[in-house]
Formats: sequence, C-alpha cells, structure tokens
Amino acid sequence: MSLHDHSVELRPKLVGKRVKRTEDPRLLAGVGQYVDDMAPAGMMHVALLRSDQPHARILNIDVGEAFSVPGVIAIYDATDLENEVRPAIPTSRMPDYYATPIWPLARHKVRYVGEPVVAVVAESRYAAEDALEHITIDYEPLPFAIRQVDAVKDDAPLLHEEAGTNTIIRREFKRGDVDAAFESAAVTVKGRFRMTRKTAVAMENRSYLAEWDARKQALTLYTSSNIPGVIRDVLSGCLDLPGTRLRVVAPDVGGSFGGKGSLYGEEILVCALARKLKRPVKFVSDRLEDLSATSQAFDELIEAELAVTEDGMLIGLRADVIGDVGAYSIYPWTAALETVQVVSFLPGPYRMEHYRGRIRGVLTPKPPTGPYRGVGRPSSTFAMERLIEMAARKLGMDPVAFRRKNLVNADEFPYRTASGIIWDKSAFQECLAGACAHVNYPNLLLERDEARRDGRWVGIGLASYAELTGIGSRISVAPGMPINTGTETAKIEIDATGAITAAFGIASHGQGLETTLAQVIVDELGCKLEDIEVKHGDSALVPMSSGTYASRSAVLGGGAATLAARVVKGKVLRAAAYLMEQSIDDLDMHDGIVTSRNSNCTMTLKEIASAVYSQMGRIPRDQREDLAASETYDPYLGTACSSTHLAMVEVDPETYGVKVLRYVVAEDCGKIINPMIVDGQVQGAVAQGIGAALLEEIVHDDQGQTVAASLADYLVPVATNVPDIGIVHIEADLPNNVGGFRGMGEGGTIGAPATIANAVSDALSHLSVSVETLPVTPERIFRMLQARRDPAAAVTD
Amino acid sequence: MPEKKITLSVSVNGVAHTATIEPRMLLSDFLRHELGLTGTHVGCEHGVCGACTVLLDGRSARSCLTLAVQAEGVEIETVEGQGSVDQLGRIQEAFRQHHALQCGFCTPGFIMAITDMLRHHPLESDEQIREALSGNICRCTGYEHIVNAVRELARERGPLT
Repeated sequence: MSLHDHSVELRPKLVGKRVKRTEDPRLLAGVGQYVDDMAPAGMMHVALLRSDQPHARILNIDVGEAFSVPGVIAIYDATDLENEVRPAIPTSRMPDYYATPIWPLARHKVRYVGEPVVAVVAESRYAAEDALEHITIDYEPLPFAIRQVDAVKDDAPLLHEEAGTNTIIRREFKRGDVDAAFESAAVTVKGRFRMTRKTAVAMENRSYLAEWDARKQALTLYTSSNIPGVIRDVLSGCLDLPGTRLRVVAPDVGGSFGGKGSLYGEEILVCALARKLKRPVKFVSDRLEDLSATSQAFDELIEAELAVTEDGMLIGLRADVIGDVGAYSIYPWTAALETVQVVSFLPGPYRMEHYRGRIRGVLTPKPPTGPYRGVGRPSSTFAMERLIEMAARKLGMDPVAFRRKNLVNADEFPYRTASGIIWDKSAFQECLAGACAHVNYPNLLLERDEARRDGRWVGIGLASYAELTGIGSRISVAPGMPINTGTETAKIEIDATGAITAAFGIASHGQGLETTLAQVIVDELGCKLEDIEVKHGDSALVPMSSGTYASRSAVLGGGAATLAARVVKGKVLRAAAYLMEQSIDDLDMHDGIVTSRNSNCTMTLKEIASAVYSQMGRIPRDQREDLAASETYDPYLGTACSSTHLAMVEVDPETYGVKVLRYVVAEDCGKIINPMIVDGQVQGAVAQGIGAALLEEIVHDDQGQTVAASLADYLVPVATNVPDIGIVHIEADLPNNVGGFRGMGEGGTIGAPATIANAVSDALSHLSVSVETLPVTPERIFRMLQARRDPAAAVTD
Repeated sequence: MPEKKITLSVSVNGVAHTATIEPRMLLSDFLRHELGLTGTHVGCEHGVCGACTVLLDGRSARSCLTLAVQAEGVEIETVEGQGSVDQLGRIQEAFRQHHALQCGFCTPGFIMAITDMLRHHPLESDEQIREALSGNICRCTGYEHIVNAVRELARERGPLT
C-alpha cells in the first residue's frame, strides 16, 4: 500500500455535492437588492406613454395640462433626444439582412402596440402616471399585415420602408439530395406546425436605474439584465462614453429566461435622461408593459416533411419556415437568433443524410422576438419529434424503437449534422434508454392501455433532442452578429488578509453561479468555500463579457475559473515553497492549508498572503508574485447536451383539460457541479415547457392589439399544473473541455413542448387528431374534434 | 390626481410606524418606498402572482391590491420579520435546505403565504400543498422543491389542532 496517494484520494471534493447556495440568505431574508429596491437621493421616475396603434405615423403630440401635475419635471419624445443618443444597430454579416435601428422612443412612426412614444419624468411614479393621462398623440393609421403569412407577401404593407421588404432574414441549409430521398422513401409524413408566440414572464419586471456622476462625468446603469457587459459596450456607442466612464451593473436579478437578455430602448432612455437632467432616473416596467413590450418568443410556422425507409431509417427532411420576428431586429442577437436556429437544429440528434431547411424571418407589427429559454429548439424539437412519432405510427413501429434506430450512436461521434453543427460525444442513446428504464416503459404502455379500456383518454409521448451549449468561438450564437460570444474571463485574487475574490463577467440571475463557481474554485485552488467571494454582473469586473445566456456560464465561467485557479494555486505554492523551505512538488493546499508530504510544517493561506503582501522582505523581491490571475476560456466548439423526455398525460373527455400524470427527464450535462441546482433547473425548465405546451400564448387580434394583457390572460403554470419530475442524470465524459461541464439550464423548455404534444396526440389517437399547434388548450382540442366531426364548421388557427 | 394626505398608524413586524400619505398609495409601495422594507416584491400589480403577499392581522393578503390606509391599526407581517441573514427563520431555512428558490424574487411572497398556510391549512397531502401554493407564481423552480419544503414544515407542525 502506498501512503502518498492516500491524502489526495480522501480529500472531499465540492464539485458534485449538494452545496447549499451562498446567495440564499440575503434573498430569503428579504434583503436581496433588485434594481427597484435602490433609491439614491434625488431619484426621479419615468413613466412611458406607449403606442396603442400597431402601425401609424405620429402626427402630433400634445402634452395638454401634463405639466400642471405636481411633481412633473420633464416630458420628452424622440425629437428631444435626437442629439443626445445614437441608435443601436443590430448588425449582422448575413446576406439580405436589414438591421432595424433601435431608438429609445418611437421616431416618426410606431410599429407595435406597446412601443414607447413619450417619456414623463417626475418626482414619483404616481405623478408620472398622472401626467400620462393628459397627453394625447395624433396618429395617422397605416396599413399593416399582422400575420406572418400575410406580411411575407410581396405586396404586403412595409413596416420599415428603408428595408424595402418585410422579409429581413433568409437562410437555407442543405445537404445531399433531399428531393430524391423523398422520391425513394417508403413512408413520408408531414405537418404544419405552429409554436405560437410566448413571453418569458420573469417575476421581476424589467427595471433600470441610471446615475450620472457630474464630478467624474460618468454614468452607472443598474439594470435587470443578464448581459451587462454587452449593454455597456453598446451604450458606449449610443451615449458616446468610454468604458471608463460607463459602468453597467446587474445586481440581484429576478429571473430572465431570455426576456432580459437584449438591449431595450428604456435602458438607453434612462441613461440619456440621467445625463441630461443630472439626477438619478429610474424606470420600472409594470406587468402590462412586460407582456406588451418585453421580447417575445418563437412564433414560427413550420411546414416540415420527413422521409423514411421501409425498415424505419430516416433518410430525408425538408422544411419551410416563416418566423414572425415582430417589429424590430433585436440587439445584439438580431432577428436571426430564433429563426435560424429552428432550421439549423431541426434534424435533431438523428442521422440525416438529406436535408433542406429554409427560413424566412418576417417583420410584423408586434413586439420583437428575441432570446427565450431554449431558443429555436423548442420549436424545432416540437416539429421534428411530432414527425418522428407520426412516422413511427405510420410504420407501425414503437416510437422508442424507431428513435433508437435513428439516434446517432456512440461510435459515430463527433457527428456533423446536415446543417453543420458538430455533436461531440454525448449520451443520446443512453438518455433514451434511461428515460424508458425510469418509468418501466413496457409496463407504462400496459398501464396506458388498461386506462384506455376504462374509457380514459391517456397517452404517452417522448422527445429526444440535443442542444449546443457553452458555445466557443468557432460559431456565433446568432449568425454574423456584432459581439463575441465565445469567451469568458475569470479574475481570481487573494488579498493580504487571505480572502479570495473571484470576479466574472457572467451575470447570475437565479442559476446559483455564486455557489457553483465557488465550488469549482475550491476544488482547483484548495481553499475554503467561505473564503471565496464570487462577484459577477458588473461590467467593471473584467474587460469584456457577454453575460449569462445560452447555457454557457457553467461551461465558460467554470472553465475560466478552473484555469485562473490553477495559475493562482501555482503562485501560492511557489510562495509557500520558499517560506516553508520545501520543494514545490511536495506541497499541496487543501481547505486553505498548505501541507508538505515531507514535513509536519504547514502554513495557512492567510499566513502565506500576509508574508507575500504585508511582510516586507519576507520573500525576495525577484521571487515575489501577487496571488492573482486573470484567465479567459474559449471552449471553441461548444458542448452537446442531450436528453430524452417522456410523459404520460390524460385528456378529460368532458372539459378537454390536459393533466400531466407522469414526467421523466433523462439528461446528460456532463460533470455535475451541484446536483441540487441541476435538478432545480430541470424542474423549472420543464414547468416552463409545460406552460408553453398547455397554457401560454401571446395573442394579437386582427387589429394588432395585444389580447393577453395580464397574468389572468397569459397563464403561466402554478403548482397544480406541474407534476413531480423524475430525473435521470447521465454524466458522459466530455473530451477537449477544461471542466467537463455541459450547459443545461435550458433543456427542459426544449423537450417539454414536444413531449406533451406527442403525449396528447397519443391520448387522442383513437379520434384521429394530431397536435400541430401549441399550446394545446381545451379550446384547440375542442376545435380539432369539431373539425373532424364536421369539416365544414372548422375554424382554423 | 393627488388627494389630501392622510395620517396612517400601523405596526410592521412589531414596530409602530406613523406616516402621512396619499390615500391612493398601495400598501406594497408604502412598505417598499416609505418604510424601505423592500423584501416585499411587486410582480404584477394585479393580484395574480402573489410576490407581494404580506400578513394582515395574521392572514395573507396581496399588498398590491390593498391601499395602505386600509391597514390602519393593523398588525402587518413581512418577510423581514421572519429572520435575518445571520439567523434565518424556520421557513427560510427549509427553503434553503430544499433549494426552493432560484432568483428569489417570488420567494418572500411564498414565505408569507406559507406562514399563513402553516397556521390555518391542513397540508396533509401533496395535492393539498400544491392547491394551497397555487395562489403564488414561481417561474424558476417548477414548484417541486417548494412542495418538498412545505411538506417538511407541515410534518414538523403536525396536524392542525
């Protein structure tokens, strides 16, 4: 038996442990600090008069008696800000793309109901809203096409005349000869799938507070954003301020799910007004403003067709997609983010030789679409996994066996998809098997069949998918856009007291990154958890960061933390080697104590830090190094995260309400940093996906008005809508990656809509209806059944 | 338009406060902006999400649907009365143990609603717990960890007497 390895093996690691979150005490005690909790002296409030027209020319703005309201300070429209700000331009290198400029207030025209037109600044929000009542805007209504199928037509009214078209994005992916594949196919299935418009509904509404420091001529924006670094960089241009005089801070942020992951005109506005009026300015969105002006999601019409051989091999897929991108291309992601991902991810985790996927992104007078948990893939997975189950049914094959046959196998990795995405090694097959094992799939089928014999409408559905997470510099998160999404930086410093500050550009807003990144550092550095302070969400911490989105922070932040911790540890041990008169090879640090395997001599991190920094001459000056490092990580390809979801649902034959009876997720997110947090992410994302499948829908009527104007209209899941989620973790090794982590925060939202759609279709299979539009509400089920009974009475969506 | 101000006397977490306010001021705004008790959050301003839940004389209420002046003479409890960063209250501790919060924004409302539930609701099954929790929206957790926390708290409490 060898002695020397023992100590290493016995050291408990924190990665993989259910460590309680360090951010919890402040949030639980009610002393977290969200933007609206801040109230600097002299703060003013902004209320916005928003457009009630979908498309109209602004003829005149009359402020009436607004200034008579006590406390009103100023009233502005776009013309007042012409010389104060420059617009943000969401550029892209994509051909045939038009970048709609983003201004803080509507200029000349309004292009959706909810677009900000007039800003009132007052001593209180009450006074500002009182003043809004006095202001009238004269509009000349302009023609518009509210549905994408109309807006895409050549003669449709133009929303942005400068673009010359409403179709501002076109993209096509092609591999092989898809039409020939369809000619040779034994079986083909097709559908016209609609993932209707959703919105994120973070519980904290968007909130912004800008402070102008007249002494330094500097601006600080506190924002409920998950991309503070991107906001700093773009505002630097809009406001003509260098990064040294412009700081963007995301303090505690109450969720985002993508909705707070883009630049908003209100962010430009509060900054411009704070600088102009030389007082702090706050804007806090209310829920109506959130539902009508925060970025929205999906809204694609996907016509897709799948070709299969007689023995059940997928051979071809073709799709034509029209994405309704709303009235503007969003910054920095552009209107290509959501739309292009639908066709780039459509072939899913399957072998697919022949593919053609086309997308057109079309402007309509609605709020812009933008990032939303899962981006593109909830829609693509919904369409593809419906086709998979439709094909299996037509072939008379079990959908699990059909998937098993077509999922990329372990020996085929890395696999290049038809659209050029590379799946590295990931547990595609193991996730399918894991989900089925967890529910005892053969038994579950029997259970379903028995329920059906009792007249119950019970169905089982699955969805398998893969997503690209922690994307590095090889490809951009959205094609050709103006920011770098491939790197993140960690800066770790041990100060003279032995305390450790780990600073990141990422911006945690519920993910618990203060805890998980500290766990990674503890294991790499050998310090105590409680000695680490993780800082994030502040543009001043690192030179550049694009923030927390796209399931990247554990991969990129964790990777950067690992690299920086290794460098700092080297410095600590070099100092300790000199101080302890030991060979560095004999030293290691654990729990903040450096020990030698050759002596009983130990030193604490605190003692080493004191010797390095505070005790002059203790270390020769040519050997003395600051105990600090800044490292940037680029995972280059990114990592594939994969999963299979399986659900059993029951449709009430009387009310057509859908109840989720069972739900299981088998997922591979690589090495798990904190299983408790991973479970929470899976459960939360599945709940959100169940909402997308059964409840949530932003509706604009034919007049362009938003119909879902409150949380009583836009229904998000409550505790009774969501079952307990069975979770199977599969931790496949990850090649060529520093930490071995895969991103996993979004997956639940990707798999759940497809899974529920398949399960509901299965439950209704005896009635020959197929779910092609989500959410599948009781009303939609009623209409599908009515159409089947009486085609003449059918009302289409 | 602003109206004549009214003097209001309330007790918040056992501390007496007197303030002169507009009669239209919401209780949520009064707590947050007049008293600086920003633990009570506002998520929808129309009584659906429950983030603003406080206790009025021991029963849960939406502070965004309550005028501050309606609380005259009332004992108000907010999340700040449950515990502090260095000494979390029992519900807060259970939330931490079970990872029943992520972004934390809805959490104070849940904690106050659960305080009421534990005093008045049988909470004997998961179904009852989910039903009781269904007046509050959490967008992060999917509720399962919150249900786990409440189940443990209900067991500790035992049957309602």
